[in-house]
Amino acid sequence: MSVEGGSAPLSVQDLTIGLRRPGGRSVAIVEDVSFDVDPGQRLGIVGESGSGKSLTLRAVAGLLPRGVEVLSGRVEFGGRDLLTMPAKDRRALMGPEIAMIFQEPMTALNPVMRVGDQIAEGPRRHLGLSAKEARELAVSMMARTGIPDPARRAKAYPHELSGGLRQRIMIAMAVSCGPRLLLCDEPTTALDVTVQLQVLKLLEKLCDDTGASLVFVTHDLAVVNQTCSELAVMYAGHIVEAGGVKDTFRQPRHPYTRALLESAPDFDHPERELIPIPGFAPNVADRPSGCPFAPRCGYVRDHCTEAVPPLEEVIPGRLAACFESDRLVEVLA
Amino acid sequence: MLDRFRFVPLRLLQSIPVIFGVTVVVFFMVHLLPGNPALAILGQTATPARVASLSHQLGLDKPLWDQYLLFLGHLVQGNLGTSITYQRPVSELVLQAVPITMSLLLFALVLALVISVPLAAVAASAPGRARDLAVRAFTLVGQGMPQFWVGIMLILLLAVKAKAFPVGGYGESALEHWYYLFLPALTLAIAMCPTIIRSLRASTINVLGSDYVGTARSKGAAGVALFRLHVVRNAAIPTVSIIGVNLGYLVGGSLVIERVFAVPGLGSLMINAIFARDFPTIQAVALVVALFVIVVGILTDVVYTAIDPRVDLGSRELA
Repeated sequence: MSVEGGSAPLSVQDLTIGLRRPGGRSVAIVEDVSFDVDPGQRLGIVGESGSGKSLTLRAVAGLLPRGVEVLSGRVEFGGRDLLTMPAKDRRALMGPEIAMIFQEPMTALNPVMRVGDQIAEGPRRHLGLSAKEARELAVSMMARTGIPDPARRAKAYPHELSGGLRQRIMIAMAVSCGPRLLLCDEPTTALDVTVQLQVLKLLEKLCDDTGASLVFVTHDLAVVNQTCSELAVMYAGHIVEAGGVKDTFRQPRHPYTRALLESAPDFDHPERELIPIPGFAPNVADRPSGCPFAPRCGYVRDHCTEAVPPLEEVIPGRLAACFESDRLVEVLA
Repeated sequence: MLDRFRFVPLRLLQSIPVIFGVTVVVFFMVHLLPGNPALAILGQTATPARVASLSHQLGLDKPLWDQYLLFLGHLVQGNLGTSITYQRPVSELVLQAVPITMSLLLFALVLALVISVPLAAVAASAPGRARDLAVRAFTLVGQGMPQFWVGIMLILLLAVKAKAFPVGGYGESALEHWYYLFLPALTLAIAMCPTIIRSLRASTINVLGSDYVGTARSKGAAGVALFRLHVVRNAAIPTVSIIGVNLGYLVGGSLVIERVFAVPGLGSLMINAIFARDFPTIQAVALVVALFVIVVGILTDVVYTAIDPRVDLGSRELA
């Protein structure tokens, strides 16, 4: 992940998402989020529920829920701002350029449409294929995602398939038009752990094969470690730390990242005690003044509650939004 | 695919005891009515002796059980008896009236859908906005108006004042039939619309906010294609069963409305028969209506099964 823009397929700049209230007052849920995703790069966005990670992803895909909108900022894809381009042009990108995989494979598939037809829908619309060609492509896509007996399964309805198969259908659907950017919203959360790994491996393989970039939203640190090369940690609508996955996990520079790592089990060190993060994430409507993590932070000093720490480069290749970032290293050492 | 419809023959079999129950209830209820058909035919001035002799002639002096068994025996042979008032086979009268009432109901259903579907789509496309509020106000007003009053108002406005439609009757040719049936059908449709609109609006809002519509949008679907492929069928599922239930009520409503518009359907036949204590005709109409409700119930389940692949009624009933 690089800070400066450029040839990146995806460049998000100062994105603020929120609810616009009557009377001009608006409540920001995600504030000033910026990141770039280079070709072939895999970015994991982690955070607790309500941190704004999914909304950020949905804003990129243009799928914000009713009532929630982008208040300011830019989402550039291949140099064009997705937010200002005509809706028709944007829809033309959805599928062939950008594709999305959702969390719940049960509810994310149309229950009254055969899965093969659901996969074929995108290629028919975007690649100009005939119904027969699109159906054949759907079956070959299903074969590629490792679905056994794809020709027969293509005629199945979603409820007739297992969770793992349904998620493979979602993936086949997402990659059917050969997108350059794949957006994944917790694609493995609803799956069994054994199936999770298969699906992650499949996603990796497809990205390797096609050179597609990946943005992966999850709360599961192990999944990010497995799949992604870059990491952005979100807390209360802000990116609080960003950098390479391995580096950041080895030496977090934001107390929240560190707290997240300490609260998650580590199977390499099963004897390590898990430390929960005290308190709750702040309500977006009344954020504490200063650093939003200050009330739950173990390194808090007086000045933390006075000003919001900016997201700055603390060491080469690492951004953190913490006044006490350097102290974190001293304490660890 | 086809074996999801294997519940249909079973349902038809199950309806036989239901129909039998209906005959029992109808037969004995009708005989609880005060008054005697012989008296009704002869008028208030008839002597008791003449009433007694006509009663004997009509078999009305036999014990009720015997009368019922006789009725049932005839029914099994397809004989619905002879109308006391018209002195014609009841089956003839019913066969004349059934197509009229069925056309009326079908017409009303089509009109109701033609009115409801666009209104529900308009409302669901912008929940809470002006057009949604307007549609919801319409449904509230529609629900508050009694059917017969709506019928009379339509007659006053569109038939008497504007002279666009006939006041009542059924016309002569097939084309005229539809023309004459328009106002009564509209009356019934207006009664049905609020429920359909509310259900369809709610389910459409639900579907539009669903994950799979998000998926469809992420594939670039929008507008008509989005509705046709992903919204219509899913939103229709809960509404189908509501329409099914309402069609049953609609028969009851149509009996009154036929009277208001002087349509010679089952309703008119039924009401005349009740006043004349024409027992065989009352029984026959009640039987036909019960049959209709049963058939609508089965049809609803067939449609339901056809549009929702997750439904398998057979597996539950045969298990």
